[in-house]
Amino acid sequence: MTTKNTKVSEFPDAFKAQRTTAGIGQMDDQNDPVNMVLGLKDVRKAAHNCAVFQSGAKPGRIVIPSEVAIRETRQIPFEVDPPEHGGFRELLNPWFKRPLEQPYQASLQQIIDETIEKALNAKSLDIVSEFALPLQSKALTLLLNTAMDKAQTWIDWGTHVFRSEDSDLDGDKANILYDYIDNEIDKAIANPSDDLYSVLLAAQVNGKTMTKEQVKGVMILTFAGGRDTVINAITNSIAYFSENISDLQRIHDEPEIVNRAVEELIRYFSPLTQMGRVATEDTQLCEHAIKADSRISLCWASANRDENIFKNPDNVDFDRKVNPHVSFGFSHHNCLGATHARQLLRQLVLSLASKVASIDTLKADENIEKLGEFSRKVGFNSFQVSLKAK
Amino acid sequence: MAKVIFMTKTNGAVEVEGSNGSLMELAAANGVAGIDGDCGGVCSCATCHIYVAPEDFEKVGAAEEIESDMLELDDNVTEYSRLCCQIEVSDDIDGMTFVVAN
Repeated sequence: MTTKNTKVSEFPDAFKAQRTTAGIGQMDDQNDPVNMVLGLKDVRKAAHNCAVFQSGAKPGRIVIPSEVAIRETRQIPFEVDPPEHGGFRELLNPWFKRPLEQPYQASLQQIIDETIEKALNAKSLDIVSEFALPLQSKALTLLLNTAMDKAQTWIDWGTHVFRSEDSDLDGDKANILYDYIDNEIDKAIANPSDDLYSVLLAAQVNGKTMTKEQVKGVMILTFAGGRDTVINAITNSIAYFSENISDLQRIHDEPEIVNRAVEELIRYFSPLTQMGRVATEDTQLCEHAIKADSRISLCWASANRDENIFKNPDNVDFDRKVNPHVSFGFSHHNCLGATHARQLLRQLVLSLASKVASIDTLKADENIEKLGEFSRKVGFNSFQVSLKAK
Repeated sequence: MAKVIFMTKTNGAVEVEGSNGSLMELAAANGVAGIDGDCGGVCSCATCHIYVAPEDFEKVGAAEEIESDMLELDDNVTEYSRLCCQIEVSDDIDGMTFVVAN
């Protein structure tokens, strides 16, 4: 669904009325209904209670929209519960913390600089397909420690690996990703290197060598989890600065606020609206009965606007010093790619601040998610702008 | 100026010195193992969990509500837990030893 608001920088809180009155909302999803948890404290408690609200359900079921119809491979560690989950995180955490290392950041800076340079040289460009998508894809080569020329294949897939213009769940498109990963795993078996595929194939988790299917599960998560989320975060940040250019100048003048600024932008945009869990027993949430084997969602986007936690939640405030947002999830299953995403956004925002004088919107097509009774702007299908250099 | 010691799980005792900013920033700048500070210090990630020595706890002070809500859901929480992004480096903490939780 698409529409256009007057202000591209505004991302309304779609859940306020329901959150303040009931604390829980409902939506259907392919005849597998979802009770959406809306308040921050309730979201955190449910996220932490992995025994009652599990991730290790049928593969694809905790994702909304459900991917049960298009995926059999279990995403790892995302669809595995503790204690087994812990072994996978122990293996993966150091790899996914590499963005904190200086050589990684230097390579990332080069990608960012080239992307901004190209944008400044264009008369106009679509930020989604010509800026955010190539930037996300090229940066992903660093996370995978693979050759930069792989990025073009991923760029050619488009902005979402499971969705197409016709469908939110395009099985044929998903198969392109699955077949690609199968092929890359086979290549890594034949010719081991120091990329993520090879590292995983050689790894032991919980006392056992990882299987091809498990490696595939990690790689699907890495490709799918960090794609439209990162693209949304990049595009939405540029949309915000297009109408708040003085905030970009402030980051240039006070670079020490960049971490706070990025956390606040991520809170405000909540690039991933929600994530599901499956109840393992009859229970209750916000005085609402939850039946065993039914789905709930942890609605990060709603929790991030909880007026009981955040003062003026609908304002972007770079001076928000305490900002307990849940845009990267919470507890055991917090986002594995968060370090990469944060580093990318921090370096991008600092670079935009030093190089860009103005961002003029030419045309915007907003991406509005329809979630039962709720409609939420999560990003843009396209966002045509003209950038001027400083 | 404050000199403090972090007792880490994997790298023994690490002595660091600083005069401003948060204790998390000081730890992260000195590569203290177990203090990640992923969110940059806005109390969103809980990756800077430490234990304050019981005799120092009153001086350091208890966590405010948002921080204690975060800690409440940490499996390793104790009554002396704090997120060190919420502790300012100052003369008040000079000489203290903090145990890194993770």
